Amino acid sequence: MNRREFSKLLLATGTTGVAAQTGLFGDMVAYAQNGEGGLTAIIQPEPPLLVVALNQQIPVGIIGGKLYESLLSYDFDLSPRPQLAKSWTVSEDGLTYTFELVDNAKWHDGTPFTAADVVFSCDVMLKEVHPRARANFDRCESITAEGDHTVVFKLKEPFAPFLLAFETSSAPIMPKHLYEGTDYRNNPANDTPVGTGPFKLAEWVRGSHIRLEANADYYHEGEPGLTEIFYRVVPDGASRSVAMETGEAQLSQFSDIETFDVQRLADMPHLDLTTKGYEFFSPVLWYEPNLRREPFNDVRFRKAMRLLLDPNFIVERIMFGLAQPATGPIASTTKFYDANVTTYEQDVEKANALLDEMGLAKDADGKRITIHHLVVPFGEMWTRLAEYFRQAMSAGGIEVVLDSTDPGGFAETVSNWDYDTTCNMLYQFGDPALGVARSYISSNIRKGVMFTNTQGYENAEVDTLFAEAAVQTSEEARQERYSKAQQILCDELPVLWMTEQKFATLYDNRIADLIVTATGVNANFAKAHYVK
Amino acid sequence: MNKTLRTFLRRPAGIVGLTLLGLVCLVAVLAPLLYPASPWDIAGMPFARPGEDGMVFGSDTLGRDIAAGVVHGARVSLIIGVTSTIAALAIGVTLGAVAGFAGGMTDRVIVRITEIFQTIPNFVLAILLVAILTPTLSTIIFSIGLVSWPPLARLTRSQVQSVAQREFVQAARCQGQSAASVLVRHVLPNAISPIIVTGSLTVAAAILIEAALSFMGLGDPNHMSWGYMIGAGRTVIRQAWWMSVFPGLAILLTVVAINLVGEALNDALNPRISRS
Repeated sequence: MNRREFSKLLLATGTTGVAAQTGLFGDMVAYAQNGEGGLTAIIQPEPPLLVVALNQQIPVGIIGGKLYESLLSYDFDLSPRPQLAKSWTVSEDGLTYTFELVDNAKWHDGTPFTAADVVFSCDVMLKEVHPRARANFDRCESITAEGDHTVVFKLKEPFAPFLLAFETSSAPIMPKHLYEGTDYRNNPANDTPVGTGPFKLAEWVRGSHIRLEANADYYHEGEPGLTEIFYRVVPDGASRSVAMETGEAQLSQFSDIETFDVQRLADMPHLDLTTKGYEFFSPVLWYEPNLRREPFNDVRFRKAMRLLLDPNFIVERIMFGLAQPATGPIASTTKFYDANVTTYEQDVEKANALLDEMGLAKDADGKRITIHHLVVPFGEMWTRLAEYFRQAMSAGGIEVVLDSTDPGGFAETVSNWDYDTTCNMLYQFGDPALGVARSYISSNIRKGVMFTNTQGYENAEVDTLFAEAAVQTSEEARQERYSKAQQILCDELPVLWMTEQKFATLYDNRIADLIVTATGVNANFAKAHYVK
Repeated sequence: MNKTLRTFLRRPAGIVGLTLLGLVCLVAVLAPLLYPASPWDIAGMPFARPGEDGMVFGSDTLGRDIAAGVVHGARVSLIIGVTSTIAALAIGVTLGAVAGFAGGMTDRVIVRITEIFQTIPNFVLAILLVAILTPTLSTIIFSIGLVSWPPLARLTRSQVQSVAQREFVQAARCQGQSAASVLVRHVLPNAISPIIVTGSLTVAAAILIEAALSFMGLGDPNHMSWGYMIGAGRTVIRQAWWMSVFPGLAILLTVVAINLVGEALNDALNPRISRS
């Protein structure tokens, strides 16, 4: 319980000045409410640090995204928009990307931001500490500064989604003057993050809150619109709901609020709900069979499993509407999605016919085979998914034994391929080449590494299609290949896609322009402001 | 024995306890008849209130029948309670009897081992064991048994020590019976009543430990148990009280019943009370 943390109520947010109330235990952290107002948001779990370059977990991205920036931000349709780069050009051959940088940006310590910082970050530091950035920038032949405000990226071969590599958590620009030549992970500057973002770190009380204050020197006139952001750590789900309900907090994101509680809160007069702002992540959830093992290596068995499952059930009863059925590997909210694939309606009879055809006869109890399912140990939702899987399979005479594990054991078991079936959910990062291909191409079957092609799917044609699609420069050529890949995958079912996850952002409806990009709550909130 | 039974039945606690316990056992035995389908089956609409959609205790977040869960959960709770107590008795009585009867070095070693176990909070140890061994019905029984034996061992030891001094035991020894025979045929039968009483209370404790483990998500995911139901329903308690209240009542009822029976048994087996 975090009574202590919430003992201070945020009262007025009108135009009338300061209001802060000290509660029962009275630790005196007053927070200002001036004309534009401050925002109290929930953060859970507490991030271990705020340097996005070194850690890409969700809470780090949320808070770090206010402190650090990258060259671009993205519209809801994932088209790039200016951030630290005010304009950019891509050469005809798709090999040269030239960015014009804003010329009046400063680091939080007052040092001017220049092209040298970008070159240092992308060419040196991120390549060492950030796996996803390394994969992107290793495609560059050279990254060079031309003058103080122009950066040129030259690629070895075209890479279509390259512009999506400049999202804040994918390529945060780091201050060269503080990091060059140091041990990045142990740099003392990590405790006092210095970025270019619209907010600066003001105070961090471990276990309680992180307070950000407006950066007065921000390079856009009139921004940020909020005076400060107060991130409060609230470990208990019920307390988070109460905080939103009473107005003690004005913003919750991702899975902060339990799915079944979202609608109740959304109906409250002072709160608004949006599921926008997660387009860049667009996670797809699936049941994952281990294709190295029998009977999962038989496509008929996978089809039978798929026919026994009903994604609508998951959407309605487990996600409480915060999801939609997925038809294939690519989320419908991202580019190159193709609905024209083999789809599977729940059909128990057909599933049983397939299993009969395989020769898996039912015994006296109506049982054909016993398989195991590794329960994902990340909370209620995952337990329910496992329980639903077991019940759905029983209709086909497939007995499912659930195996429990802890988070460490889960990653180890799955990445070392020691499971029958499990469940998983991966972010797509805006482009199939960044977030989808990794789960299906055979070159990414890497024992011991999580979030790879852990199920062990191998298909040379799919490999080729993904490889070609990544380097094509025309959208049509890419679409053609991704459509073909989606068709093959949906026929072969390397995993059983169930739902496209949505996340709920609940926020105080007096705040405007809060969620304005495809990275939503991870974006910098420069434009957010109070309207009433 | 007749006197014992009469004393037991004269205690209102004994009658009430026995009736309740009998009821719980009956429900456990009849579970497959009352609710032939698996308690995991999705029986109706989710969040159905008690009485709605044909489900007396309502349904849970996935639409599973709470009543079916409570009934089938009785089996799991009783099986775990009884078998883990048998395991604890096996360890505790054996070690306690050996320590009390042999004395000397053997006694000291066994008592020290018992003390080591007693210094570790038993629920924490149970969590640790179940987490390491991965939760299944048998590892849960094993773990609960392993954390529940020390009080039984100490009790047995002191009982055996006092009985071993009596004349009839000396007589049996003089007749040339082996030590094992004396212990099993003469000492233990005369030391057993308080052990039975403590054992019955251990069943209640075991049921509570199992419920707590399941509540924390360390139950066997393949068996519906009361603790699991409360744990799963806890998050929605503001919208749907019935998901946690009915299994909670079931635990309360069972544990109270066992305690009442234990208490009445204590009185009945105590010669001073029994003969008065």
